[in-house]
Amino acid sequence: MAPALLRRWRPPALALPSWPWRITWTYLGLILFLPLGAMLLKAARVGPVGFWEMATTPEALATYRVSFGLALVASLINGVFGLVVAWALVRCRFPGQRLLDALIDLPFALPTAVAGLALTAVYSTNGWLGQPLNEAFGLKVAFAAPGVAVAMVFISLPFVVRTVEPVLRSLEREQEEASWCLGASPLQTTVRVVLPQLLPAILGGVAQGYSRAVGEYGSVVMISSNVPFRDLITPTLIIQKLEEYDFEAATVIGSVMLIFSLFSLLVINLLQVWGQRYQGNQA
Amino acid sequence: MTIVVPTLETPRPTPERGKRSRRRGFHLPGILIPLIACLYVGVVILLPALSVVVSAFAKGLGPFLENFRSHELLSALRLTLFATAVAVPCNVIFGLAAATAIARRQFRGKALLLSIIDLPFSISPVVVGLMLVLLYSPTQGLLGGVVDSLGWKIIFSWPGIVLATIIVTFPFMAREVIPLLEEEGWEQEEAARTLGATNWQVFWKVTLPSVRWAALYGLILTTARALGEFGAVAVVSGNIEGQTQTLPLFVEDAYKNYQTELAFGAAMVLGGVAIVSLLLKILVEQVLEQDKKASRNPLDG
Repeated sequence: MAPALLRRWRPPALALPSWPWRITWTYLGLILFLPLGAMLLKAARVGPVGFWEMATTPEALATYRVSFGLALVASLINGVFGLVVAWALVRCRFPGQRLLDALIDLPFALPTAVAGLALTAVYSTNGWLGQPLNEAFGLKVAFAAPGVAVAMVFISLPFVVRTVEPVLRSLEREQEEASWCLGASPLQTTVRVVLPQLLPAILGGVAQGYSRAVGEYGSVVMISSNVPFRDLITPTLIIQKLEEYDFEAATVIGSVMLIFSLFSLLVINLLQVWGQRYQGNQA
Repeated sequence: MTIVVPTLETPRPTPERGKRSRRRGFHLPGILIPLIACLYVGVVILLPALSVVVSAFAKGLGPFLENFRSHELLSALRLTLFATAVAVPCNVIFGLAAATAIARRQFRGKALLLSIIDLPFSISPVVVGLMLVLLYSPTQGLLGGVVDSLGWKIIFSWPGIVLATIIVTFPFMAREVIPLLEEEGWEQEEAARTLGATNWQVFWKVTLPSVRWAALYGLILTTARALGEFGAVAVVSGNIEGQTQTLPLFVEDAYKNYQTELAFGAAMVLGGVAIVSLLLKILVEQVLEQDKKASRNPLDG
């Protein structure tokens, strides 16, 4: 009886997850879930009415408009130019191509504070690009909303290029040749044959870039004048609330950003599934 | 009837393709597209990067080196190196453990787990810092009481900076290694096991060597990001000059205080690290590419 009981008791003990699993879950628990839980708990204590009120103060709404609006502008610009850059890298041969390829990764590698400093220097009214822009069009880039958009463009460019590039490389050239043989013009071929296949990758890259641009702090805080209702972004508002010891407001606005991140992660994953299905149909 | 379509593995000569399209009357996009691409990347990325180099060395090498006499800059550099030195090994261990645990198995929720590991990529670094404050702050934190009674100081001190760096950089390693492990087969490890190797031996002698270049790539990315982390560290550090100020925070602080030369000097150090990490990355990528080719067509030698 006893041995049988022991045998029945042992398997769960032996079925302890292997070391890699134990490390993975412990680490994730301590490093990710614990802080996440602390914030959600704090947000839950505020209560739904208070949460809604604090999340939708005019000040907060203005920062959402700046953050989410300008990030959309930036990622759409990169959606177009990122495609052009990816096309140039995959389909063309020209001198300096390797340099171009390496430069694309610079925003990933460059610390955001350095990026912010660099962009501020170039786009301020006495900078290399800021001065001509200011003199020609009266446009103030640094320390105004356009500067925030420029920083977001800088940050999110690699996402589009690096998502589109592998898909473009793997496209079947035969389809385009078939399209030409059937009498389609190069433009028709590009628009009707190539672009539809690239669409999931482009949207995926734009979504990733958008998500990153919305959350970006280091480079934006340096190029922005951080004036509320003008070019103050949501992450900076969170920091201001913390500096005023208004922890509840900071938590609420932080939770709004967290919910957005989770949502964007879901969208990016769905776009990836869509893209894979597209590629699956091809093969 | 099925038509055999060449798959990814079939090598197709690229330069020839370029010639063919030129003959088809593709002149205009052929020049226009690289031109637009180069102009765009030049304005958006290259020009700002160059401006840092030019500003840092505007008065020559001497004044640039003079910056390193600054006590604040040196202590910020030390703190940044320290945080990186702690955070990177932790994340390497986690990354390799997570990769070996996740890559080789199919289970329900695998995609979800991978998304969870990706979370720090999409959460704003400021929110990461906020989460740490809400967990460890002595007055507001969930564990604040515990931390305080133990006499520890996490927020506004180095442990907080290290924790923030760890959270922001932990996905890189796992993300680089997992796809490679998924691609490679089980066979070698099974062979090692049947020959009597322990799990640990299999990991050291079979798994790790087979992913060494991807792991190195992950290591480079993790280090580069750890050195430059700004948002999360800005929230938890308190930014006390000479004490809890990291090098990226120093760049911002110096610039805001009109110490432009110091700011560009420190930025040049960080930028130099970024360029070195990019060069290393290109090198590793080339090796990785050769490795892949060699493993795909063993007969090509």
